[in-house]
Amino acid sequence: MAVIETKALAYTYPGGNKPSLRDISLSIQKGEFVILTGPSGCGKTTLCRCFNGLIPHFYGGEMKGELTVAGLNVSEHPINEMAKRVGLVFQNPENQLFALSVEKDVAFGLENMGVPRDEIKKRVDWALQMVGIEDLRESAPHELSGGQQQRVAIAGVLAMQPEIMIFDEPTSFLDPLGAEKIFEVINDLNKKLAITVVLVEHRLDLASKYANHVIIIDEGKIALDGEPREIFNSENARLLGIGVPKAVRLWRLLKENGIALDGFPVNSEEATRFLLEVLKR
Amino acid sequence: MIETKDIHFTYRTGVEALKGVSLAIRDGEFVAIMGQNGAGKTTFVKHFNGLLKPTKGEVLIDGISTRAVSVAKLSRKVGFVFQNPDHQLFSETVEEEIAFALRNFGFEEAMVEKHVTWALNLLDLTEYRKASPFMLSGGERKRVALASVLAWDPDVIILDEPTIGQDHRQKEKLRQFIVQLNEQRKTVVVVTHDVEFVAECNPRVILMVDGEIVADGEAKKILTDATLTLSASIVPPQITQIFHNLADFGLPSDVIDIYEAKKILSDRLMEMRR
Amino acid sequence: MSVFEGFRFRRVTSPIHRLDPRIKFLYVLAMFVVTILFTEFLPLLVLFFLPVPFVFAAGVQREWLRSLRGALFLATIIFVFNFIFSYFYRVYTGAALLEYSISMSLRFIVLVESFSIFFLTTSPDHLSLALEQSHVPYEFTFAFTTAVRFVPVLAEEAQTIMDAQKARGLELERGNFLKRVRNYIPILIPLIVSAIRRSLELAEAMESRAWGASSKRTNLYTLQLKRSDFALITLSVLLLAVGLYLRYFVPIPTLGQFLPPLPF
Repeated sequence: MAVIETKALAYTYPGGNKPSLRDISLSIQKGEFVILTGPSGCGKTTLCRCFNGLIPHFYGGEMKGELTVAGLNVSEHPINEMAKRVGLVFQNPENQLFALSVEKDVAFGLENMGVPRDEIKKRVDWALQMVGIEDLRESAPHELSGGQQQRVAIAGVLAMQPEIMIFDEPTSFLDPLGAEKIFEVINDLNKKLAITVVLVEHRLDLASKYANHVIIIDEGKIALDGEPREIFNSENARLLGIGVPKAVRLWRLLKENGIALDGFPVNSEEATRFLLEVLKR
Repeated sequence: MIETKDIHFTYRTGVEALKGVSLAIRDGEFVAIMGQNGAGKTTFVKHFNGLLKPTKGEVLIDGISTRAVSVAKLSRKVGFVFQNPDHQLFSETVEEEIAFALRNFGFEEAMVEKHVTWALNLLDLTEYRKASPFMLSGGERKRVALASVLAWDPDVIILDEPTIGQDHRQKEKLRQFIVQLNEQRKTVVVVTHDVEFVAECNPRVILMVDGEIVADGEAKKILTDATLTLSASIVPPQITQIFHNLADFGLPSDVIDIYEAKKILSDRLMEMRR
Repeated sequence: MSVFEGFRFRRVTSPIHRLDPRIKFLYVLAMFVVTILFTEFLPLLVLFFLPVPFVFAAGVQREWLRSLRGALFLATIIFVFNFIFSYFYRVYTGAALLEYSISMSLRFIVLVESFSIFFLTTSPDHLSLALEQSHVPYEFTFAFTTAVRFVPVLAEEAQTIMDAQKARGLELERGNFLKRVRNYIPILIPLIVSAIRRSLELAEAMESRAWGASSKRTNLYTLQLKRSDFALITLSVLLLAVGLYLRYFVPIPTLGQFLPPLPF
């Protein structure tokens, strides 16, 4: 069942002289872990904003084509209604934390929704636990590290219990270890809670192992859309200047050298496994 | 020549960020200062142009203590490109922005004109000369920030986390640019946690943990030392991770470069075929 | 940037901190009313020492003394002005003049002290909660809380911007007054632009957390009046009652009764 579906979606920002999105047609199924990537400026951030209604309601501008998210036509429903079904976690951890304590921040969305207090308490406890930050409950946001702040943001969105969660380059400001921790949390949400995940990322080396669907956008259009293995191994991916995982590049380099190995690894663990098998023979 | 002699630094809040750091960087070197967020890397490099003065110990730039000279004077020699270009952009045009530092340093107008043109050219920004810096894209603003520092041709260039938020192509361009700078005998110091970027450049690596230097040497040696990377909370490069598990087969374990990996594996596999 | 250090939270809790901010405010209002009832030295002195046990109970002595020291300067100005004006316009002479001038500055100090204690013993989140429950429109409370939340962030950013511009040769300490003011433009513009950008990102995040989804906003916490709150209400009412009684029914000793005749 498709939770996000677009047909010929096109969008131009108000005052923009060229469209940021042109002719985007894609379909994301329930429970998928999607990686959305592409060169800087390709439109991936714009697309994320379409999914939860910030476009067109917050930004205005001209939107054409069809866009259905969680069964709702986005242009016909206000953002605060979309927010109950699709959550969006932003790039900068600092600017999505409002309150003076972690607990109050995670409750923010629920308070806005008018959820009764007992229910808020329960959901806040649950969200903090799911994301692994119960010990930070009383902390103030500016006392936390970037990675911790980002987890608070995730908990705040999770508490609203959306069926889809979108992450717009959530690890940009984090070091690789912090990034790995965030990806693990996101993966947990996808595998344990069956939340459909759309992750916008450049760091494919670290993130690709979790995905089962990859979409590459270039200049506002979909360049590639499919299963990670076939996408990363395609010639197009390399030409687009995407940071294709090193394992894939290694396999390709060996092939160019006349060594065609079996399998298409997309991360270092798989590459190791395949190499071990070959070397043992 | 940058020299720090057992420097300690404690912030006014009481946090001890540097706990005795001694280092010498010679002219023309390419150094990467690595470590987890919070290890003290940025605090450390802020001592190189006098923005911070050590609470104990001394920092010498070409033999002169940073305590004896103003930040402006030190900056003439040591250029610092900050992480977020938006923390410095304020002018009406890109041209003005680049000229700012030149005028502060007392360049004559004719020289200012020359240097601005040169810097714009160097970073492919000539078409944006009269544009407003605020209207440019993120990547372009980063280039303007870089241009405005290179414009006064400092001997040392410090880049604080230059790869954040950059896509693959932009990082590759940056890498080539840094190599080019280094070939022009500039001393380049890059503060970064991006292991893959460092693996592709193979500079001298200074590894910091908790305000101290725990390792200083070739990228190849340091990034492939499993105990070291674990204690510094660094994720080793992907290629290194692969080769670590292949050590039992007599393959070298200090590989960080993908082309070297290709060669090693090709040789071994072709050998096996015979 | 030490002025911002006051906003850094110290996880101090004392029974005074836990009092309901609305009741504390009521107490401050009571103090305000009683203070302006008197122009005599003695009652004002009593009012000055009255909150001292609260200060110690809350553990905020050092900060309280510091705020008093700040108030001392203005208090001295008030004393001098009142003394001079009252002397030249022959409103008071002798001991009455002295008493009046001292009382005016003491009154100012007592008022400052009361407000200072209020803010020193009330954390911003507690305060915002009180505002919410006092039916202040949520937009204002939110603006207040967000502002407080970002003060340390903005302070840090201002420092980074200063560093970045200093590293481009900007010298903030040199030059005449006009030049120095101009030198702050490279600091202010990035700061303002950054603040605007930040507001935009915050707005996006707020919308994405269902801002405005319900007209009846609920709250994770509630303020409930405890025994100590009722005790404070009682104290405030008592204070008001005693003050009014003393003012209108009891002759208050003046300084003139204790001092020898003065030359002015």
